[in-house]
Amino acid sequence: MKPAPRPRRQTNGQIFAIPALLGVLSIIGLVSALVGDGVWDGVSWVTLAIPILLCEYFFLRRS
Amino acid sequence: MAGTSKSLRRWGWTHKWSSIICTVFMLMLCITGLPLIFHHEIDHLLHDEVQAAPVAEGTPLASLDLVVKNSLTKDPGMVPHFLIWDPDDANAMMISIGKTLEASPVDNRIVRVSAHTAQYLDAPDVTGRFTYIMLKLHTDMYAGLPGKLFLGLMGILFCVAIISGIVVYAPSMRKLKFGTYRRDRLRVVRWLDIHNLSGIVLVMWMLVVGFTGVINTWAELVIKVWQFGQLAEMTAQYKDKPLPAHPSSIDAAVQVAIKAEPNMKPAFVAFPGTIFSSKSHYAVFMKGNTPLTAKLLKPALIDAETGVLTDSRDLPWYVSTLLISQPLHFGDYGGMPLKIIWAILDIITIVVLITGLYLWLRRRQAGVSVERVVVDAAASDHRPAYTS
Repeated sequence: MKPAPRPRRQTNGQIFAIPALLGVLSIIGLVSALVGDGVWDGVSWVTLAIPILLCEYFFLRRS
Repeated sequence: MAGTSKSLRRWGWTHKWSSIICTVFMLMLCITGLPLIFHHEIDHLLHDEVQAAPVAEGTPLASLDLVVKNSLTKDPGMVPHFLIWDPDDANAMMISIGKTLEASPVDNRIVRVSAHTAQYLDAPDVTGRFTYIMLKLHTDMYAGLPGKLFLGLMGILFCVAIISGIVVYAPSMRKLKFGTYRRDRLRVVRWLDIHNLSGIVLVMWMLVVGFTGVINTWAELVIKVWQFGQLAEMTAQYKDKPLPAHPSSIDAAVQVAIKAEPNMKPAFVAFPGTIFSSKSHYAVFMKGNTPLTAKLLKPALIDAETGVLTDSRDLPWYVSTLLISQPLHFGDYGGMPLKIIWAILDIITIVVLITGLYLWLRRRQAGVSVERVVVDAAASDHRPAYTS
């Protein structure tokens, strides 16, 4: 078996790309339900559920 | 490189100490806050409420003067402070009554009266309720304003811990993909991964809920500033007048306010001499019709002797900020699904706190400081200290 190649050092840009996107989505979710009802609430539920689903995906998946 | 590692060491130090100081209190706040998300549902489940008799649509509302008068039937010595439209029940009005006009409204009793028949419904003593105890622990730990400000300080430290946490996240993720969870490793590695990942995906939510919580601890001070600022300005010519000897009709005052702001509806009335009004005015606080504008109030001041509108202004930015920060902290503005999401995010925050605490205890035990690990992971090309 070949040893796994040493992972490349990531730049800050690479490290924070996904977290930054998640941050923006959280802001959208937090503000959305304030602005209106109906669809606006729905946007809020979906965007704020993303962090929860990510935790579930990464911690509970069987690999 | 030496400069970077020195600055990283500082951030690591900041993350460590801000966290250590606030963690116990943040755990308490997360745990007491969890049932508070559902306090309506819990109260409903645990306590009986006298319901206003259902009425046919279009039934006229009772006179507000009668509603207020009837609220005092069982407590004749007490005085009304505020008349509140129940946001959850169009059939009921709530009257907040205190022992005297000067008594702190925090100790007031809420009397519920039917909006259509003006019939007295109930005035339950809430102070023994589970939700009330949680609320007191959550807001001031039964220690009044100092307790609030102290928890606010813990909240600020929590925000500092989050921001420094973002900075120290970078070096520990240099060689790891986003979402890495090394499930087969030692517990300390697994918990580091849990701490890093759940911390970074919740970062914005925790910051917003944390900081709006801090703003809420300043509510009393904000209201005082408004009282001595804008409210004093609006009522300057009434400054030395005593309470009205023959107060005008409350019902008429509310009608005047509605006429002045036809696109808004009344949220509550503050009676003359209470903290939200002058000695000479009914302050009718109007709210907008959208979820956002419903949080932003606009007081219409009605002379309580002549019944004439004397002034109406939008609240200053600092009160608006407070009013907007409340729903963002409570999570009560997007229906039940949002409340459930809020609760799960709160539980994940507890996980972040506990894993963080564990990592600190564990690293101390091992004689390795947090800063050291962070710097090692960043600067060296060797295997970081915690991959084995």
